Amino acid sequence: MPPLAQRNLMHDKVRLAVTLTGIVFAVVLIVVEMGLFLGFTVTTSSIIDKSNVDLWIVSQHTPYIEQGAAFSERKLYQVLATPGVASAERYIVRFAQWKTPNGSEQSVQVVGFNPYTGVGGPWNVVQGDVNDLKTPDAVMVDELYAKKLGVTRMGEVFEIDGRRARVVGFTRGIRAFTTTPYVFTSFKNAQGYARLQEDQTLFILVRAVPDADLKALQQSLNSRLRDVDVLTAAKFSSMTRIYWMFTTGAGVAVLIAALLGLVVGVVVVAQTIYATTMDHIREYGTLKAMGAPNSYIYKVIITQAGIAAVVGYGLAMFVSFFVVRASQTGGAAILLPLPMAVGIFFLTLLMCVTAAVVSINKVTSLDPAMVFRG
Amino acid sequence: MNPAISVRDVTKVFVDGSNQVPVLHGVDFDVEQGEVVLLMGPSGSGKTTLLSIMGCILRATSGSVKIAGREVANLDERELPGVRLKNIGFIFQGFNLFPTLTVGENVELALDLKGIRGAKAKDESRRLLEQVGLAAKYDAFPSDLSGGQKQRVAIARALSGSPSVILADEPTAALDSHSGRNVMEMMRDLAHKNGRGVVVVTHDSRVLEFGDRIVQMEDGRIVEVAAEVAA
Repeated sequence: MPPLAQRNLMHDKVRLAVTLTGIVFAVVLIVVEMGLFLGFTVTTSSIIDKSNVDLWIVSQHTPYIEQGAAFSERKLYQVLATPGVASAERYIVRFAQWKTPNGSEQSVQVVGFNPYTGVGGPWNVVQGDVNDLKTPDAVMVDELYAKKLGVTRMGEVFEIDGRRARVVGFTRGIRAFTTTPYVFTSFKNAQGYARLQEDQTLFILVRAVPDADLKALQQSLNSRLRDVDVLTAAKFSSMTRIYWMFTTGAGVAVLIAALLGLVVGVVVVAQTIYATTMDHIREYGTLKAMGAPNSYIYKVIITQAGIAAVVGYGLAMFVSFFVVRASQTGGAAILLPLPMAVGIFFLTLLMCVTAAVVSINKVTSLDPAMVFRG
Repeated sequence: MNPAISVRDVTKVFVDGSNQVPVLHGVDFDVEQGEVVLLMGPSGSGKTTLLSIMGCILRATSGSVKIAGREVANLDERELPGVRLKNIGFIFQGFNLFPTLTVGENVELALDLKGIRGAKAKDESRRLLEQVGLAAKYDAFPSDLSGGQKQRVAIARALSGSPSVILADEPTAALDSHSGRNVMEMMRDLAHKNGRGVVVVTHDSRVLEFGDRIVQMEDGRIVEVAAEVAA
């Protein structure tokens, strides 16, 4: 087929620029909103996902990680005595108050883990070492929140709920969905910061022996332990994500924004493809008069939409690359994994082809006898 | 030998809301192969409606229309584009070329519709443009051509796929007398040398000498059929 679609699309440069701007705007908006949604989703459960354990034992009816309630650490020994358990660790995640030397306060989430095994500990440590957390009062914070917490260097001393906290290291990129920074410390320190009794814990993290039947182990632990729930890490992660993303409405708002981006894109592209079609309506009438079937004309219009989609998507990804990169140093990371980028490509194609439907309807109802009217 | 076009007792009534507007009243009309028929008459006499019915663009309200011996009046709406594609070449008053395509591509587009593509389409496009004396303009855009040249490209396009019938609507209206003559000479050659049936709707008295027959219409009826006025 001679390049009618390409030529018609390129013929009016201003209109083409408007079309591409509309697509780029819509796609970048979708990337940002979907990327934020994904970033938020990953962030809400990152502590669980990075714990690298099989099961989480939580107090009964705990809906998400930030809602852990204290229970007796004696259960740890029951867990360890259960066949199929390779290791079990006490664990704490709880809100506390961080106080800077100048007296200002900031909410933090204290994460208490066993620094001797490292299970549930920090990742991406860029300054200091996890072993440094074995010392009393030692804490580690993320670079992203250093300014917020008033931390300028290693060794600085602060207070968490009235107890001494000395910064011995920094992590990179460990965000908190609630924007309340994580402060990693030993379980023992965390008990103090979280004002738990010495025999209390909030969670027990369980690793099964290799090749264990996880479901059977989960059932076994559930039957042995009272007043707690035994959840797989995946299940607890999903519960936490669903709570933050949907129960609070935060995720819904982001998804609605992404949907709006899609609608804006469809409207802008539909308007421009329609205007281009109307500009060339006499030519489509001529094609019909010459005997072109409707499918031939649809092909021309859909090809126009497809070209606009591919070029617009390419430009949008170029812009998105910089947006995504800039977000990595901010409080909310925008993620753009390859599967999402591929998905958005097909979404862009769908958006543009949907936009062409209005024009197709117009051409379908076109009377070829128009070619004989002046 | 079948006539190129045979029209028998054709009526056409346009419906506008509750109003019925009769435009053609029992028209009988043949166009023989190798013949140029000039269809003339005042505005509103039904010439263009008749041309559209012969071109399978409009359907007659009643009557019979045969193209190359095949009855088309009772065909389904969806079958008509196929008849147009196979049997009819159109030439329009406003040329109706595709301005974003080159001269060659304009002809190739018509060939593409008929399933002729690639190198074969390019060769055929060049041959047709050569036939109308515009092979040198193969890569030019329509905006670079004069009115006469544009109409010659339109003729080349109409000839793609060798249709048995050529229908032209005021082909000389937008042309100067020299270009008009040139175009009409080509039309006459298409009929006389290639055996096509050619129908030309026109108001232009300068083209009378190119018609084998002149059919005069008035108020939706054929009122006079005359032989060619000048040799």
